[in-house]
Amino acid sequence: MIEVNGLVKRIGDKTILRGIQLKINKGETVGILGSNGAGKSTLLKVLAMIMKPTFGTVTIAGQDIRKNATALKQMVGFLPHASMVYDHFSPYENLKFFGSIYHIPDLELRVSELIDQVGLKLFTHEPVRSFSRGMMQRIAIARAMIHRPQLLLLDEPHTGLDQSAVEILNQVIEEMKKDQATILMVTHDFMQAAKICDRFIIIKGGRVADDFSVAEGDAAILYERYKQVVEGGKAGC
Amino acid sequence: MLIKDALKIAKKDLYTEWKTKATIGAMLIFSMLVVLVFSFAFDPMRANVQALIPGLIWVLVVFGGMLGLNRAFVAESKNDTIFALNIAPIDASSVYLGKCLANFILLLIVELIAIPFLFLLFDYKFDLSYLGHFILVLLIGTFGFISAGTLLAALSAQTKSAEMILPLLLFPIVSPLLIGVTQATKVFLNSPENLSSAISWIQLVGAYDVIIFAAGFLLYEYIQEV
Repeated sequence: MIEVNGLVKRIGDKTILRGIQLKINKGETVGILGSNGAGKSTLLKVLAMIMKPTFGTVTIAGQDIRKNATALKQMVGFLPHASMVYDHFSPYENLKFFGSIYHIPDLELRVSELIDQVGLKLFTHEPVRSFSRGMMQRIAIARAMIHRPQLLLLDEPHTGLDQSAVEILNQVIEEMKKDQATILMVTHDFMQAAKICDRFIIIKGGRVADDFSVAEGDAAILYERYKQVVEGGKAGC
Repeated sequence: MLIKDALKIAKKDLYTEWKTKATIGAMLIFSMLVVLVFSFAFDPMRANVQALIPGLIWVLVVFGGMLGLNRAFVAESKNDTIFALNIAPIDASSVYLGKCLANFILLLIVELIAIPFLFLLFDYKFDLSYLGHFILVLLIGTFGFISAGTLLAALSAQTKSAEMILPLLLFPIVSPLLIGVTQATKVFLNSPENLSSAISWIQLVGAYDVIIFAAGFLLYEYIQEV
């Protein structure tokens, strides 16, 4: 699904990604771990086509992101830190607008289905500026899912969510996994990562430092491995 | 598809404005204030003051328009909604086109209210047979100003002091346009007998519009590229 070869990303004088090599198969759910400033979010932004690689190639479903960006964007859903929704619009208006630019057929139906799914039915026509962080994240999830992406990129999606919002998010991810979607999740939440992901990549200093799998739900082993790689000085590959 | 997507973005911006009235309110108040201050500063009854009207029209268009341009992209930086547009499967140029269209309509609304207000306060009368020519100059001047302004607003919105950077970038670039439209407006309002000179100015402005709009259309994607 995703092939990254020698990905380098420079912003100004700073080199954020230093030759990332990565191959992710269709249907995999991959947790991307690493300390702050390691380059995890930048990697996600390059895959989401917000940023362009300085060097190296990135292909999604066999197509180069530099050459086929517009077509590939239809396949990718991105949930970053920011909600990427309009404050003065209601969930309905936000989803209607984003659905229209993703050219979704039967948009009304899809919008009401998503609003139901993220548990915001009672707030369908309320402006989102009055929403709590958890409610905002729910509408952000719906926005990222509006076009039923085959590749979902999540940047610390569990941060600041209440328990019910976490359950909704996990349920959405589980449903996408059943549909054979590929999911990449940057996270610092080892519990959630161990529960959801079936493969882990640790980024350190802009390089892939480790790539492994652990038994489902085993957050302790995951954390040990992370500590060993990030704090123990294991070299990047 | 490009036009359809641009219309969706323009509709979204205009709907936002309809709901919040944040930008158009500021644009209108500012433009009216300019007119009011000038009407107190100059005696509208004096004949030579009438010669200032073409210049005043473009002063209020430029300053009112600047407020709208600033908001167009700064508002998109809240919640990073500009990224939501950048990751959508639409041509980047459609975002530029949509923003241009929304800004153009907003500025036209301001002009529609502020210019008659200016004429009223200055008790200004001109040969109405040249009204069509005057409207044409307004339309092409506003279009050129918005085309350049939207591109530069997208650029300046990526800096920390967007509202300060935009005028610094915009004024030198729109100078030829402003000279052309002011001269053409002056001919149509004050001395319509020099029609050929006005046509030359309109040709200059037309060429400027085509070049600057094409530049914006082609360069917008690179401006958004990080």
